[in-house]
Amino acid sequence: MMFAVAAAGILVSMVLAMVRALLGPTVYDRVLAVNAFGTKTVLLIAVLGYLAGRPEFMDLCLVYALINFIGTIAVLKFFEYGDLGRARSTTEAE
Amino acid sequence: MRALGLGVILFGFWLALSGHYTPLLLSLGVGSTVLVVYLATRMDVVDHEGIPLHIGGRFWVYFPWLLKEIFVANVHVARIILSPGLPIHPLLVHYRSSQKTDLGRAIYANSITLTPGTITMSVDGQDLEIHSLTWVDVDGREEDEMDRRVTWVEQGA
Amino acid sequence: MDMVFDAVSWVLISGGVFFMVVGAIGLVRMPDVYTRLHAAGMTDTMGAGLILMGLCFQGGGFPVVVRLVLIWLFLLFTSPIGTHALARAALSGGVEPYRTTPPQGS
Repeated sequence: MMFAVAAAGILVSMVLAMVRALLGPTVYDRVLAVNAFGTKTVLLIAVLGYLAGRPEFMDLCLVYALINFIGTIAVLKFFEYGDLGRARSTTEAE
Repeated sequence: MRALGLGVILFGFWLALSGHYTPLLLSLGVGSTVLVVYLATRMDVVDHEGIPLHIGGRFWVYFPWLLKEIFVANVHVARIILSPGLPIHPLLVHYRSSQKTDLGRAIYANSITLTPGTITMSVDGQDLEIHSLTWVDVDGREEDEMDRRVTWVEQGA
Repeated sequence: MDMVFDAVSWVLISGGVFFMVVGAIGLVRMPDVYTRLHAAGMTDTMGAGLILMGLCFQGGGFPVVVRLVLIWLFLLFTSPIGTHALARAALSGGVEPYRTTPPQGS
């Protein structure tokens, strides 16, 4: 039963993160809120895995954590350089 | 040598995650490990920065201390967030770190960011620019001790 | 023994949820991007750490615990990198850090 309470608490914090994502005001606030939302999603999946008695959910968590991190970095890189494929240090070497 | 260490770590990782130990799957695991090590070597990331084996045990002495610091800082920031007046005085501070290598500086900068209340904004050689939530967070005591400990970790076991 | 594990686990999970909600409140209350990063960092370190540690005490066998520890380590290693990247992007994007006039109450 406590798993349901924990899941509810995580959901509340997800709603708060969503509020920040909608309020903005800058694009960085939104990226930050979405990143925090993703972290909370990872934990929610973990708790739900225990709630449903299905330990396979942990694999989903692991993959979600990876995608969340890479997604955030990719979006930030895109905003900073307007390009996903270029690293500053290797532009001259190629 | 480092490639071998990477291979052992990756295969251990594979064994822990897989849970299936039939000959076919084990050989597939070995195959993927070899492929990843080959790709990593080709990408030129198997060096003393990518696979910092030389730091060895010292990191695991530093790590519990870092966790304790994170706990203390978290309680501090939680109290600030929950107090009605939101008593924050954000400020930027310049810091000079004493680490010799980039790896040591990376550990130091990330440790600072991990403890809530302080964030490393930019790193330029030995100069760090730190964004702090209040005046108290950068009074220097924790930062200096962390600096000393990271330098000790960096020297390797 | 199971009772003790259960109790420890619930204390840890409640603590984690508490820090997570406080971090989210901070995310809404703080005045600018940089101060919000501090609040978000709380969720990544304490919130996630305590909840995952609490789940470890619930058991579920070796494979599950290994995965929980890996998720925790992964979050711990990537969170500062994401925070730093965000701070740098915001700085180069021209977002001015919020400042208070020094003697501001409290």
